[in-house]
Amino acid sequence: MNTTNLLVFDGLLLFSIVGLAWASLATTDERRSVILFMAFGLVLAVAWGRLLAPDVALAEAAIGAGLSGALLLAAVRKQSPGSSHTHANPDRNYSESGAKVVLQWLVTLLCAALAGTLAWALLHALSSAPHDTLPRAISDNLVASGVSNPVTAVLLNFRAYDTLLELAVLLTAVLGIFSLGQTTPGYQPAGPVFDGLVRWLVPVLILTAGYLLWVGAHAPGGAFQAGATLAAAGVVLRLTGRSRIGLPDGFVLRIIMAAGVGVFLLVGLTLLLLGRPFLGYPPAWAGALILLIETAAMLSIAATLLLAFVGGQPQSTAVNAAANRQREENSRC
Amino acid sequence: MLTAQVLYGLTACVIVALGLRGALLHASLLQRVVAINVMGAGVFMLLIAVAYRGPGLPPDPLPHALVLTGIVVAVSATALALALARRLHAEQDND
Repeated sequence: MNTTNLLVFDGLLLFSIVGLAWASLATTDERRSVILFMAFGLVLAVAWGRLLAPDVALAEAAIGAGLSGALLLAAVRKQSPGSSHTHANPDRNYSESGAKVVLQWLVTLLCAALAGTLAWALLHALSSAPHDTLPRAISDNLVASGVSNPVTAVLLNFRAYDTLLELAVLLTAVLGIFSLGQTTPGYQPAGPVFDGLVRWLVPVLILTAGYLLWVGAHAPGGAFQAGATLAAAGVVLRLTGRSRIGLPDGFVLRIIMAAGVGVFLLVGLTLLLLGRPFLGYPPAWAGALILLIETAAMLSIAATLLLAFVGGQPQSTAVNAAANRQREENSRC
Repeated sequence: MLTAQVLYGLTACVIVALGLRGALLHASLLQRVVAINVMGAGVFMLLIAVAYRGPGLPPDPLPHALVLTGIVVAVSATALALALARRLHAEQDND
């Protein structure tokens, strides 16, 4: 593709990205806002592909647009059972009195100033010679990292600490969701066409997750993309109205939720005992250890994202009965 | 300085500002969460634009890894925020 064509493509892509972001934020219809946000995420994934970031493009499409969108849509559904359009409460909208209009303009000016400052900082940073010490350090040490995909090498070897803490963030978030209340009601049983499609889709999604996990060592992919794909299988199962969506019960579920952080820590501590630095893999073992950690991380990520979609701790029958009783009491009040 | 870096970087600045404005001005909690996600996407775009080294050259993998971490943290924060919003609505309905 020659330069002019590429410039036209960039222009169209950026125009649709800004347009979708604007449209998603300008409306007060929550459902419309969420759907436009999902479209925004998908176009963004194309932009990541254009900027030669295929790992990020996969994650954006699967997590940023897909699962975030599913979570947000489920939240819209919970807030407005029965009605398809949820408008924000009009008397709380900032478009009524004169003071509100002034405030709106002030905020807009402030945000424009922020954009200007960011742009100035960016142009300043870009005009100096690029610092290539870190990229060079990464490519020089890639051979010793156990994988050949530089992004996976950074995530699970050079900056493994970051990823360990990221899994801890996921675990904390799901514990927070657990403590906030019960699961949301399930969905109506799906029609035969959707149900039939899902029967084909779920095995394909599981297979894709396994492929993404394996291929992450030398090509775009990895635990995050694989975990999100696996969670998507559970999401479509739930959308067909099934109550069993592949999540195990009780104790096993807790083990899986903690597996990502647990296996990561175990590997790190074992290496410490063997006299190596924390998470400093021996080069001969690095590939196998990374695959082990990524497998555990994939299961944890999938369980976490799926639990977030379900909206809480899956109920045993006893808890279910208690919840039903409470719901009856609430409706009587 | 590459044209693509400048174009995508400047768009990222606009997206960050749009997201912040939405997060500050929207009345609906859910739309505030969407707005914060848009703002996050702008930050990711800034990082990916800076990582780009031109056609045919391998981009800097470090910002890519940062953005991957960021995407996962963003979705878990979104899930927690939505659960909090749901609980808040439930409490308001009970009053």
